[in-house]
Amino acid sequence: MADIVLDRVTKTYSDGYTAVKDLNLEIADGEFMILVGPSGCGKSTALNMIAGLEDISSGELRIGGEVVNKKAPRDRDIAMVFQSYALYPHMTVRDNIAFALKLAKRPQSEIDSKVNEAADILDLQNHLDRKPANLSGGQRQRVAMGRAIVRNPKAFLMDEPLSNLDAKLRVQMRAEVARIQHRLNTTTVYVTHDQTEAMTLGDRVAIMLHGVLQQVASPMELYNNPKNLFVAGFIGSPGMNFLPATIDNGVAKLPMVDIKLPQDVAERIGRVDAGKNLVAGIRPEDFEDARHVGVDQRERGTTFKTKFDLVEAMGAEYYVHFPAGDSTVESAQVDDLLADAGGVAELSDQGAVVVARLDAESRVKVGEETEVWVDATKLHFFDADTGEALSSR
Amino acid sequence: MEQYTRNQKILWGIGTVVVLFYALIPVIWILSLSLKTPETIGDQSFWPKEWTLENYSAVFEEGLGFNRAIINSIGIALITTVLALAFASMAAYAITRLDFPGKTLILAGALAVSMFPAISVVGGLFNVWRVVGLYDTWPGLILPYLSFALPLSIYTLSAFFREIPWDLEKAAQMDGATGMQAFRRVILPLAMPGVFTAGILAFIAAWNDFLFANVLTSTDAARTAPVALSFFRGASQFTDPSGAIAAGAVVVTIPILIMVLIFQRRIVSGLTSGAVKG
Repeated sequence: MADIVLDRVTKTYSDGYTAVKDLNLEIADGEFMILVGPSGCGKSTALNMIAGLEDISSGELRIGGEVVNKKAPRDRDIAMVFQSYALYPHMTVRDNIAFALKLAKRPQSEIDSKVNEAADILDLQNHLDRKPANLSGGQRQRVAMGRAIVRNPKAFLMDEPLSNLDAKLRVQMRAEVARIQHRLNTTTVYVTHDQTEAMTLGDRVAIMLHGVLQQVASPMELYNNPKNLFVAGFIGSPGMNFLPATIDNGVAKLPMVDIKLPQDVAERIGRVDAGKNLVAGIRPEDFEDARHVGVDQRERGTTFKTKFDLVEAMGAEYYVHFPAGDSTVESAQVDDLLADAGGVAELSDQGAVVVARLDAESRVKVGEETEVWVDATKLHFFDADTGEALSSR
Repeated sequence: MEQYTRNQKILWGIGTVVVLFYALIPVIWILSLSLKTPETIGDQSFWPKEWTLENYSAVFEEGLGFNRAIINSIGIALITTVLALAFASMAAYAITRLDFPGKTLILAGALAVSMFPAISVVGGLFNVWRVVGLYDTWPGLILPYLSFALPLSIYTLSAFFREIPWDLEKAAQMDGATGMQAFRRVILPLAMPGVFTAGILAFIAAWNDFLFANVLTSTDAARTAPVALSFFRGASQFTDPSGAIAAGAVVVTIPILIMVLIFQRRIVSGLTSGAVKG
């Protein structure tokens, strides 16, 4: 086991394209680090560089304090789980798992006991003599995990290991991966494009965009204090609502309502020039049906009236969509978020749409005028030009 | 399964019969000739009226040198095949997996060599071989055969290597394999169908050659079966050797049949299924 340090690591391909720019990342011993971002953000390239499958153009990579830039993958003592699993189809499950140990010329008794141990952990005991072709997707995934854990390596690298599983199995395997990592306490770097996986699995999450690291923090820190628009929009589902805003004299002017900023918010964002173009971010759960807000809570926010375009009943909650006025947010980072979401912005007849999460008790209806409360203490503000979060720090 | 209509079935049946007829009639004819007695060989009937195995025993008589020629043929073709596979598999692996300067040049060169008409080099080769002492030896035939079998094998094998997911090799590297170990223990076993395909092609190419074997040999030391066949004479100068030649031709096809039958079983498609995805 070991820590992994990326020190200004850069990857530039021969055609001049830079996939990873000046990546600084310190992954502590035993930590579960998630690399997340939209496709093409450089997260897989970063992982391949740690693995040694791709050369590092500049910068330093240290595993357990030792610079390994020039070391071949086999000399780095790390194991990798591939998105495609990459099981050896001509070998049985047992041989697949034992392959690394056989290459290392370990005694047969040790190989047997380690393979059995791994099979126990992964519930593969009954499948050891089958070929990968005869296994289900989840079983193949577990074999791929087994191949990694049997070696007791310094670190695990996982490249979207769950993305080929169906939704139900993915949730199940996600829990299993977390449990195995916790049990073995091996440093793990896990690449995914799925923010739910990132939030649920990681000790810390590193968000990348265009080869640049945006923010590294614990899942809750990312959720509550995103550094910029991209991080704010990427984490959380449904995503944060972005609205054009200005702040004048302690009052935030949003398209649907003016909100007097509470003391702590004003302190958090620092001094803001009046009339400066801002983007306000509000998470769906920071709205509520005004009738279901307690009196003590009510004074933390403001209410406004709106009509819902669309009401989605989820059982435990409602997702309601309502228009937020004509003006839409224009920002490069919002465009990146859109591109990740498939490139289609949700627009109503009256411009941008806000999604709010309401209490299941509220029983709201489409087209009915409803009073909505918004929690002013949970507002986020970003500079519309740079996308950076406003902060007095 | 697709269901065929009656008409389609009939058409398929007719097509199959025509193709089988076209392909097998010459073979059956030679077989029939080889079983005729010398007296009835020119009787123009398709099936022998008098059956005999005399031609076969005649073929294997000492004086003809056919036994020795068969051994030469098998030896030369096998060595050619083994060498071609060994070199071609490594070359094809490098070409499919690595990016190195001159890669396209090698592929183009290989293609050019295999396109080269053999007849244009055989004369020069005859002179060179006599000077360097390769004339009428096994290596003297193996070398030119290799130069044609190699490009063929490289092309066949690189097509198969390309089908193997690259992730498997990366996985092997991560598991601690050297490049050679990854190749030998992971890639090669998966490319076996391709290796056998290339092997059959190389073996047949070497086995069937007449031109080089005819020009570059003069004695039993290296003369191969197809050439030995052409040297057949009758028992006396008045006997027609057709029966013996036919018998020899049948004998010559047998090793090829055996090769194909053995290897065909190994050419199992879908060997890589289960490697990737769920």
